[in-house]
Amino acid sequence: MSGEVVGVWIGAILTLGIFSFLYKDNPFYKFSEALFVGVSAGYWFVVTFWQYFLPKLIDNLALAYTVLAVEGRIDYHWVYILGGGLGILMLLRLFPSVGWLSRWSLAFIVGTTAGLQFTRYLESNGIIQVKGTILPLIVGGDLNTTIGNIVIVVGTFCGLIYFFFSKEHRGAFGGAARIGVWFLMITFGALFGYTVMSRMSLLIGRMDYLFSNWLHLIG
Amino acid sequence: MRIKRLFGIGFLPVFLVLCIFLFLQSDFCPAQEVGEVDILEESSTPPPAAPTDVKAVDTPNDNGHSITVTWTLSVDDGAGLGNVVSYEVLRSDAPDGEFEVRGLAPAGEESFEDKGAKEKGDANYLPAGVDFYYKVRAKGDGLFSDSEVSAPAHAYGQWYHTGKTPVVVAVLAFSTFALVFITLARKGKKLYIRPLAGIEAVDEAIGRATEMGKPILYILGLGSADMIATIASFTILSRVAKKVADYQTQILIPCNDPINMAVAQETVRAAYLEAGRPDQYKEENIYYLTSMQFAYVAGVNGIMLREKPATNFYLGKFYAESLLLAETGSLAGSIQISGTDEIAQIPFFVAATDYTLIGEELYAASAYLGKEPILLGTLKGQDWGKAVVMIALILGALAATFNFQFFLNLFRIQL
Repeated sequence: MSGEVVGVWIGAILTLGIFSFLYKDNPFYKFSEALFVGVSAGYWFVVTFWQYFLPKLIDNLALAYTVLAVEGRIDYHWVYILGGGLGILMLLRLFPSVGWLSRWSLAFIVGTTAGLQFTRYLESNGIIQVKGTILPLIVGGDLNTTIGNIVIVVGTFCGLIYFFFSKEHRGAFGGAARIGVWFLMITFGALFGYTVMSRMSLLIGRMDYLFSNWLHLIG
Repeated sequence: MRIKRLFGIGFLPVFLVLCIFLFLQSDFCPAQEVGEVDILEESSTPPPAAPTDVKAVDTPNDNGHSITVTWTLSVDDGAGLGNVVSYEVLRSDAPDGEFEVRGLAPAGEESFEDKGAKEKGDANYLPAGVDFYYKVRAKGDGLFSDSEVSAPAHAYGQWYHTGKTPVVVAVLAFSTFALVFITLARKGKKLYIRPLAGIEAVDEAIGRATEMGKPILYILGLGSADMIATIASFTILSRVAKKVADYQTQILIPCNDPINMAVAQETVRAAYLEAGRPDQYKEENIYYLTSMQFAYVAGVNGIMLREKPATNFYLGKFYAESLLLAETGSLAGSIQISGTDEIAQIPFFVAATDYTLIGEELYAASAYLGKEPILLGTLKGQDWGKAVVMIALILGALAATFNFQFFLNLFRIQL
């Protein structure tokens, strides 16, 4: 019996174990779940070591040291030592007496990325979207485009009114917010139908694995 | 007589030779004609005229490893001989040194960007601050002509990207609005925030868990700590944890990311401290599960069915696991409050949970719950920013309808 066949059988049995959850919680599901969680956590540890820790920290510091030793100059790769230092501070969480030092690393991660995301999101999710929504309300000789542009502009405007938190939704303002809600719900309905199709494809993939790869009932 | 005979005898070979010559020149012998004509044309066609006025300048708004070369088209490009097929751009580090080809531009093109790599070890490395000389070669029909060598040019990086000026204006505007309202909030001015249904249910949900003696399950989502939705979820967690500490209810937070786990532990510890119950904080209730998406969902589903939490919070970044979590929570009989900015997952939360915070409501929830001046002022600043955007939309639509390009150009960003 080849390793591949053993692997397919193990995969099929664990798939059925996870599916048994549909009936109710049971030892078979508990075992499959525990195995899934444990193996995936271990796998991610290994991936993190080989794809992030080693190339981004160790290799870069080694390169910086080599440049210093051979050429006698300080290379910019030494900056990665700061990342390594912040990582060591995070590991100090294992020692309660000095665990508070990890807050510096956390503050750096959350604060720096929030600041960087500010300009990035303002550009991609703000200005570029506004530019894309500035459309002519009347396009001569093209009724379809005219209607489409009016729908986009009105829908975006009313959607923004819905997310305006400083004023209560009453009167004309409330009416516009209600139109915004309609636009949102119609969009969510379309997304729901579209996303369900992709979920179905995941299920089809699993069924194909069971009936084709495992049981060889379908070609 | 002799002349006639001589002429007659001599005339025939001459006539034959003349006929043969004329026959070869005529349309009745196309194959031979093409070859001969080609040979004749190839040898007589001059090369295309060289392009003129070649200039090399640093490429603006870049990282300092690119030079842009411009030239005036060859007179034989689309006119004159009309035999320009392409332009070849060559570079050297000395005006009389060896030139290497850097790239091609098609006929009709008047510029070329010589992009280089910034890493010294890269074969395509273009160092900043080093003078380079360029010439442009007009090519066509296997022939070419070189232009004069350009003046030296060197690449250098710019500190400010002029193409992103609209972003700078927007950042300054939003920041100004936020700072003004934060200042007003700190001075005690009441800032009105309209009620949000999902947030008003938080107290009720936590109270339900306390009455039933069951824990609260808080899911931070699958985003990392640098994502906005996750940061918003931490802020809400702080408020929820403080209430949980007040009510002495248990809170379980299985995490998908180790950094999220660390931040969540600090947040909840601080909340318990603020509530005056530091001894009731249990670090083992906030733990790392796994980083793999569906393994995490399998683990959380197991927790839901075994621990049977009274209340589930799904606040953060979610993907395909959203419906799996929400349906299992519904099966376990929990009251569920969800919120995400992931548009594709909002419909599933709307369908399967009791209360849903849609998109920006998740960000506003933290301000609404805590009523802290910084958060309230920031939210008010965002609202003013939104008002500016709404006005810009109306004005922009009118400008686009009447084709006022000036207004449309205000939003042009160079990527």
